[in-house]
Amino acid sequence: MKILVPIKQVPDTATQVKVGGDQRAIETAGITWIISPYDEFAVEEALRIKEKRGQGEVVTVSLGPDRVKEALRSSLAMGADRAIHVNDPAFAEADTLLTARALAAVFTQEAPQLAIFGRQAIDDDMGAVPAQVAELLGWPSLYWIMEEAIDAGGKTIRAGRQVEGGLEVFEAPLPCVLAAQKGLNEPRYPTLKGIMGARKKEIKDLKAGDLGLAPAPPQLSVVRLEALPPRSPGRIIGGEVKDAARELVRALREEAKAI
Amino acid sequence: MGTAFWCIVEDDRKGQPKKVMAEVLTEAGRLSGGQAEAVWLTDKAAPDGLERLAEWGASKIWLLESPALAPYRGEAWVPVAAALVSARAPKAILGPVTSRQREFLARLAARLGVGFAADTVGLELDGDTLVATRPVYAGKLLSKVTWAKTPWVASLRPNVFKAGDPQPGRAPVVERPSFTVPDATLTLVERREEVSTGLPELTEADLVVSGGRGLKGPENFVILESLASVVGAAVGASRAAVDAGWRPHRFQIGQTGRTISPKLYLGFGISGAIQHLAGMRTSKVIVAVNKDPEAPIFKIADYGIVGDLFEVVPALTEEFKKLLGK
Ligand SMILES: Cc1cc2nc3c(=O)[nH]c(=O)nc-3n(C[C@H](O)[C@H](O)[C@H](O)COP(=O)(O)OP(=O)(O)OC[C@H]3O[C@@H](n4cnc5c(N)ncnc54)[C@H](O)[C@@H]3O)c2cc1C
Ligand SMILES: Nc1ncnc2c1ncn2[C@@H]1O[C@H](COP(=O)(O)O)[C@@H](O)[C@H]1O
Repeated sequence: MKILVPIKQVPDTATQVKVGGDQRAIETAGITWIISPYDEFAVEEALRIKEKRGQGEVVTVSLGPDRVKEALRSSLAMGADRAIHVNDPAFAEADTLLTARALAAVFTQEAPQLAIFGRQAIDDDMGAVPAQVAELLGWPSLYWIMEEAIDAGGKTIRAGRQVEGGLEVFEAPLPCVLAAQKGLNEPRYPTLKGIMGARKKEIKDLKAGDLGLAPAPPQLSVVRLEALPPRSPGRIIGGEVKDAARELVRALREEAKAI
Repeated sequence: MGTAFWCIVEDDRKGQPKKVMAEVLTEAGRLSGGQAEAVWLTDKAAPDGLERLAEWGASKIWLLESPALAPYRGEAWVPVAAALVSARAPKAILGPVTSRQREFLARLAARLGVGFAADTVGLELDGDTLVATRPVYAGKLLSKVTWAKTPWVASLRPNVFKAGDPQPGRAPVVERPSFTVPDATLTLVERREEVSTGLPELTEADLVVSGGRGLKGPENFVILESLASVVGAAVGASRAAVDAGWRPHRFQIGQTGRTISPKLYLGFGISGAIQHLAGMRTSKVIVAVNKDPEAPIFKIADYGIVGDLFEVVPALTEEFKKLLGK
């Protein structure tokens, strides 16, 4: 079974991000880049499926500039078999739909039986690309997956999605798109052997033209990035616990009108 | 191109629209000069559910009722909605951020070939374009985005947009266009309900009480639950508390958990790591209780008490009981 895992490289969750000079993107100097955390769940799940079935191929794919190779290399160190890098300035300002078009074109070339995405990339926080790739391909999609099981014949998958108030388990024919939620698994760390081995694995470079895609403008574009408006400074309520509790409740009712 | 703003109805799966629709309809009405129209895909709409949508501001309700539309499956919903869009050409399509709409709206936008802005916290018209504000980079920055063409598709973060006063007695105007539902390949095999805590759902709650590693163990969440039940709050947790196995993952607030925006957030024994703030920083009022005066959560708190939560929580519970006459 061939499993495609789209991964996005994003700033480390702990790094400071600042608005860049053009006011439309972040200042990239000094940023540590990581694989978006949900995408690590996706890579892990794909590896587990391959291990459980005793055969198959896990292919990671990422769209982005040169630095993205590093994220692909990390996925290979985790155990992915090979990687695809869609690297073309035509996608510099890609919105989720343009990204989805490029990924869908890779899917058409690769013809995987399953695709596992992260539930959202933690830079743009859209959560849209998995659904949009599925729609473009006419595949079913299942969001916020907490568990999955593929039948022995490799024809159908059962996946449990987190919804308000519970979990819904759906059965879908393959191929199908899953979007991974935290809780699906615990991603492994690359071993030294994995890191060494990753150097020999293939990363294929693709341009828009290789995917048969004509240049197209994004449908959604960033007008401006802004820092958060400052929150008005808060108040520390001191004194004996009982008095502080009384004062807090009074303030919540009378000043903040929050209760 | 039409001028109506469509609002995709989120319902309780029993024929009643959820109250978050009042927020979406009010915002759509404000932006369209009163042309907020509800689009309801459902197996069965309750008659008073239709009345409720009208009272919340729907000038028209497109009712798409068929047993084949339940449970939600993108493959069944998207073609039905897309056909109505091409017949009626709405200017915008809005919906609340919910488990099914985050997928549905993204798929629909792809089908229509238009832009999609997820999880918006502000919408404004700029001439004849719409500009949406959305938190990005875990809420560290705000991004203003705009569309190349209509319909503008966006999801709205619950509890952020203001719901107007309902207009009681306003009669619903219901249109039932004919439509066909394509066969879906997905089948629902099981629905596992969570054991009800008797407390509100985290993402829908007006008030949220949240606990972190400072709680010291799962058994101590009881004190937060009793505080929560006095004020009618949901109980959430930090990742440290979830990873320790003290609370199930669905209660996690933050970058890798739920995003909430309640009227009041009370955090106990939570340091306020950037990834936690990502999930709650749009709360209207933030209260922090922590024994460390240097805890970063105090930087964004409106009110703070530096102290031992095991003393503060019971004292607060008593004061809230007095206030609310319980
Ligand atoms: C990729 C990634 C994603 C993440 N996603 C999330 C996420 O979604 N949500 C999230 O919450 N975290 C997330 N984290 C983890 C985050 O970085 C923090 O580790 C976590 O939020 C810490 O939880 P905490 O505040 O409960 O624990 P701690 O940071 O250990 O803080 C405990 C606090 O309790 C206080 N305390 C102790 N005893 C008492 C007492 N008796 N009374 C009062 N106060 C007391 C202490 O002073 C301390 O400030 C993520 C991290 C990464 C790397
Ligand atoms: N540039 C990209 N390259 C590869 N995969 C991506 C890219 N952008 C998004 N994805 C995938 O789509 C998921 C959701 O992204 P988003 O819709 O941007 O939040 C991510 O978790 C990835 O699995």
